[in-house]
Amino acid sequence: MEVGQMQRRLVDYTKTLFMEGFLDAQFLQLQQLQDESNPDFVVEVVSLFFDDSEKLLNDLSMALDQPNVDFKKVDAHVHQLKGSSSSIGAQRVKNACIAFRNFCEEQNIDATLRCLQQVKHEYYLVKNKLETLLRLEQQIVAAGGSIPTIEMGF
Amino acid sequence: MNFSSGRGSMPITSSSAAWKPADAATDQFPAGLRVLVVDDDPTCLMILEKMLRTCLYEVTKCNRAETALSVLRENKNGFDIVISDVHMPDMDGFKLLEHIGLEMDLPVIMMSADDGKHVVMKGVTHGACDYLIKPVRIEALKNIWQHVVRKRKNEWKDFEQSGSVEEVDRQPKQSEDADYSSSANEGNWRGSKKRKDDEEETDERDDTSTLKKARVVWSVELHQQFVVAVNQLGIDKAVPKKILELMNVPGLTRENVASHLQKYRLYLRRLSGVSLHQSNLNPFISTQDAAFGPLSSLNGLDLQALAATGQLPSQGLARQQAAGLGRPTAKSSIPMTLVDQRNIFSFENPKLRFGEGQQQHTNNKQQINLLHGIPTNMDPKQLASLQQTAQSIGNMNMQVASHGAQNNQNNSLVMQMGQPQSRGLILGDSTVSHTPRLLSSVGQPILSNGMASSVASRDGIPEHIGALGCNPISQASSMPNFPMNHTSDLPGNSFPLESTPGVSSFASKGAYQEDVSLEIIGSGGFVPSYDIFDDLNQHKPQNWELQNVGMTFEAPQHSSSLQGNPDLAQSVLVQQGFPSGQKNGHNRSAGVVSKAMFSA
Repeated sequence: MEVGQMQRRLVDYTKTLFMEGFLDAQFLQLQQLQDESNPDFVVEVVSLFFDDSEKLLNDLSMALDQPNVDFKKVDAHVHQLKGSSSSIGAQRVKNACIAFRNFCEEQNIDATLRCLQQVKHEYYLVKNKLETLLRLEQQIVAAGGSIPTIEMGF
Repeated sequence: MNFSSGRGSMPITSSSAAWKPADAATDQFPAGLRVLVVDDDPTCLMILEKMLRTCLYEVTKCNRAETALSVLRENKNGFDIVISDVHMPDMDGFKLLEHIGLEMDLPVIMMSADDGKHVVMKGVTHGACDYLIKPVRIEALKNIWQHVVRKRKNEWKDFEQSGSVEEVDRQPKQSEDADYSSSANEGNWRGSKKRKDDEEETDERDDTSTLKKARVVWSVELHQQFVVAVNQLGIDKAVPKKILELMNVPGLTRENVASHLQKYRLYLRRLSGVSLHQSNLNPFISTQDAAFGPLSSLNGLDLQALAATGQLPSQGLARQQAAGLGRPTAKSSIPMTLVDQRNIFSFENPKLRFGEGQQQHTNNKQQINLLHGIPTNMDPKQLASLQQTAQSIGNMNMQVASHGAQNNQNNSLVMQMGQPQSRGLILGDSTVSHTPRLLSSVGQPILSNGMASSVASRDGIPEHIGALGCNPISQASSMPNFPMNHTSDLPGNSFPLESTPGVSSFASKGAYQEDVSLEIIGSGGFVPSYDIFDDLNQHKPQNWELQNVGMTFEAPQHSSSLQGNPDLAQSVLVQQGFPSGQKNGHNRSAGVVSKAMFSA
């Protein structure tokens, strides 16, 4: 596939992600931060996000698995996940975290377990999408092209 | 470059961490601003760092609060601003904020994914200069340098106006500072900051100004640190050694602290005695007062009264006068800030007043302490409670401010308003009678503890009125705790206020009325809160601190609106001021004050 085509594919793909709510404007901010001095910034940050989130999700699973659930701790983890997902622009994950926190306040075990599943689900989805997107970018760069700036209508 | 900035001109920030002699990068500011960012979330930390670098700032990142503190301690003047997350595992962000404010006095920006009102309010009350909601956008970071400039500017202003207590000659000092700054090698603004914060520097400065005194100058900031330390320890447990440790100011000796503590204790005792609060208020009022003309007149009155009574410490008086004089120009919008910085009496810790507000309400009792020594006609119970509270003036300050509502219920002193809604109204109709009381008794706690004493005295002691004149009001503000039930005390009250002897004193005293309103106003900020609180107890203290001030009046009518209505505060204040049934007569001024207070 030639560079122009790849670039178009990337643009379309990115737009879809925005339309479907997987990503929000914050992700654009990240992309804008990337420059020649930091050509891999987005990849680095996203990787950091993945590592951190997976750790948080593990901690959450363990915390909710206890006989006496410490909701404060659970809430703290979710809060952190909410913060990092919002900083990355992973909108659906963030929204799932918001719902999660509400149930933590109510100390509702069943609901929080469901929320955890939901958050995990959203996380893996966005992880998948982001990996695809970054791979596309990589291919373009490898082919000598440049990553097109996405003009979003928002 | 800007060495000359002794004035507080914003220093040029050298773009590199290493600090260059002034010439360099003045025009590059804010590039090179040295930012310390603290967040336990690695993703956010990385993003923030990149954003800040893009803004051309120099960034240091930490993922733990403890690390951040030690970094800051090691490089006392190595940073210009700190950005910190609220929720961190090893230390609460607010605690870090307090430490930084105490030890390094740097501007701190809080940030969090949490945008709940009470969290943001906490940031405000703990002294954060800004609060950012995550996800943070780069646009938000581009302007953070304004906080650095603003702080320097305010420090200069404070410094110039209040100066150190013992500063004999401000002029030379300032120029000294300029010189000193340059020699300080920190760049203008850093130098000046350093100067302020550092005792040694102060001393040096003195030398340069040929004062040749090797004594410690208790600047506003330093005193603030002192008061915070004392309050942390508790006024009873505050020993010089511990205070010294907490303050952590290089060059300060235990002896310095001990003598200052002695003075402070005397000051507190005096507050309970006479209308010290007046003076306290005054500065406070003055700041807010740009809008309130009448208030200014009171200030003068107060100052004089205070001076007359010899109660005011010289510095305090000077400060107040300055404050008073400066009042007209003071921006009411910053009452809180000003107060904080000014330390109205140099003993008061404005921070405590406002920030801690919440606890203050409960301190109504403390307010009482102020009264001790003043024979009032108040019920012995009330008096006793007053006395109790008087003991910890410092605490009072804190307590007074905030939760008037809570206080209402407790102190015998304070609001004895039985009437459920009168609380809020206290200022309002029914409370009118009460209010006077409140003011008098409560007045002090709020802002200036001193006030409280005045209130108390009012009830019982007509003669104090002069001095107290203002006091009643002040007291009222802080506390909803007016002993409304006292009816007896009002000397010559024209108002049939039953419970507010204090208040009536104002009324009767005509002259004081203004004072009263002033006081109230000052306290207004606080007062409203509590009056309202009674009614509105539901309101969180936080709300009130800011809101209630003015709101007291409105409380009766808008009890629910107390929380957020600055207007209320105003109306409330007014009422408080004038016990007699005239709700609005004086209140207006009070209201104004309160409003001013809150508007900040």
